[in-house]
Amino acid sequence: MSTPLLEIENLRVTFPTPRGEIDVVRGVSFTLGRERLGIVGESGSGKSMTGRSILKLIRAPGRVSADRLSFDGIDLRNRSERQMRAIRGARISMVMQDPKFSLNPVMTIGEQIAEALLTHKRLSRREVGQRVLAMLESVRIADPERVANLYPHEVSGGMGQRVMIAMMLIPEPDLLIADEPTSALDVSVQAQVLDIIDELVKRKGMGLIFISHDLNLVSSYCDRILVMNTGQVVEECRAGELQNATHPYTRGLVASIPRLNETRDELPVLDRSAWASK
Amino acid sequence: MTALSLKNLDISYGETRITHSVSLDIAEGESFALVGESGSGKSTVLKAIAGLAPDWTGSITAFGKPRSHGIDGHFARACQMVFQDPYGSLHPRKTIDATLSEPLSIHGIGNQNARVEAVMASVGLDRKFRFRFPHQLSGGQRQRVAIARALVLEPKILLLDEPTSALDVSVQAEILNLLKRLRREQNLTFLMVTHNLPVVSFLCDRLAVMRQGRIVEIADVAQLKQGALREPYSRELMQISATHAA
Repeated sequence: MSTPLLEIENLRVTFPTPRGEIDVVRGVSFTLGRERLGIVGESGSGKSMTGRSILKLIRAPGRVSADRLSFDGIDLRNRSERQMRAIRGARISMVMQDPKFSLNPVMTIGEQIAEALLTHKRLSRREVGQRVLAMLESVRIADPERVANLYPHEVSGGMGQRVMIAMMLIPEPDLLIADEPTSALDVSVQAQVLDIIDELVKRKGMGLIFISHDLNLVSSYCDRILVMNTGQVVEECRAGELQNATHPYTRGLVASIPRLNETRDELPVLDRSAWASK
Repeated sequence: MTALSLKNLDISYGETRITHSVSLDIAEGESFALVGESGSGKSTVLKAIAGLAPDWTGSITAFGKPRSHGIDGHFARACQMVFQDPYGSLHPRKTIDATLSEPLSIHGIGNQNARVEAVMASVGLDRKFRFRFPHQLSGGQRQRVAIARALVLEPKILLLDEPTSALDVSVQAEILNLLKRLRREQNLTFLMVTHNLPVVSFLCDRLAVMRQGRIVEIADVAQLKQGALREPYSRELMQISATHAA
């Protein structure tokens, strides 16, 4: 981790509203090496906006500004759309939340994965076919030949998400941003999908930013965690030390999760007045 | 007394048989969970009870009265459903007031004004939300509306289909507390579908584990808390939940 993969300083995302401008991300700074970083927070905390602004995927009228936004030595702030397209997918890619809405419904799975590869590399058809099948196999799809010819509606949610992971990883990016990659999936499939991401990230020595509202999930799959609330990072800690968090917001989040051997009669609810004034 | 009884329930969608002789007895005031992975048929059981999957054989009985296959007004009075996604289950162009009054009109119940106000208060929604539209509400507030919509008919049984899986953990805690309080105050019977075992542990008394349309095990929540489920498949589900709870 000598040279950080990603350096962000004072990132702000601003949206205009009828009552003036609102900062949804307010001065977020962090650096990321080839490690697994989790960003957690509730809806509206700005965690997804942070992830998207790294790829410059914030649509107008939203605006991104930062004192520093550099990826592998490239200053992302002054990249044109055209230059960004060479980075998106090839160097940094993003797994979205719901495979039902993120896969192209009128292309077969094999074609879509091949497209992700061909956008960035020139390869022979034969080689592309082989790489697609190998990639499907590495996301633990048992019969890749059959699945490559299916359309997205013909596969389950869990398989759809694995297809998306395959598509995102086939150009071999250096950084993967996973924005709630398993929220649309049920528990048994969740673990499978995360294990796949985890294994591939480790094997290829990539950086991972894992965005989720599920603290337990994040703490079991990441090295380091940023806790976000109202557009700011309120706490940063090692994943294993989440139980010793000090900020009242983090502690509130941890306490509000029911446990398998639950004995509390009532779950503690966040008292937002404790930090909202800050 | 038995609140809800299912006997040899086989539910089909067209040619495909989804569940295979599901039988359950849920006592009045009990909170019962159906757990299992996607495609195990757990939501389908709820749909059949609510009348949304009319192609079934066997029997569905609430408080000794069997349910008919068609629209059953009496059954609907006794048994209401709360859906998973509060973003999808509320009509986007109806105010909260219209959403909550509609069941009353359908069942010909008077004194609507007072009833809507009372049910909003009981789920902890401020009066100012009454004439707003769903898009003006947060996810947690919408799920409160969905629960109020089910409760406005004063049913005895509430069918809950993953009532908190679309919500943040902090909002989930609020809704779970609300459901627990409502059940205590109104002596409701819950039948809840979920894949979240910690939620079962918090809210339920018993659970049934479903797989491929069959019930593989019925157990007390005490067994779940001690990790003493018998069937290998139930233990597998439990194991997955345990590894995620850091």
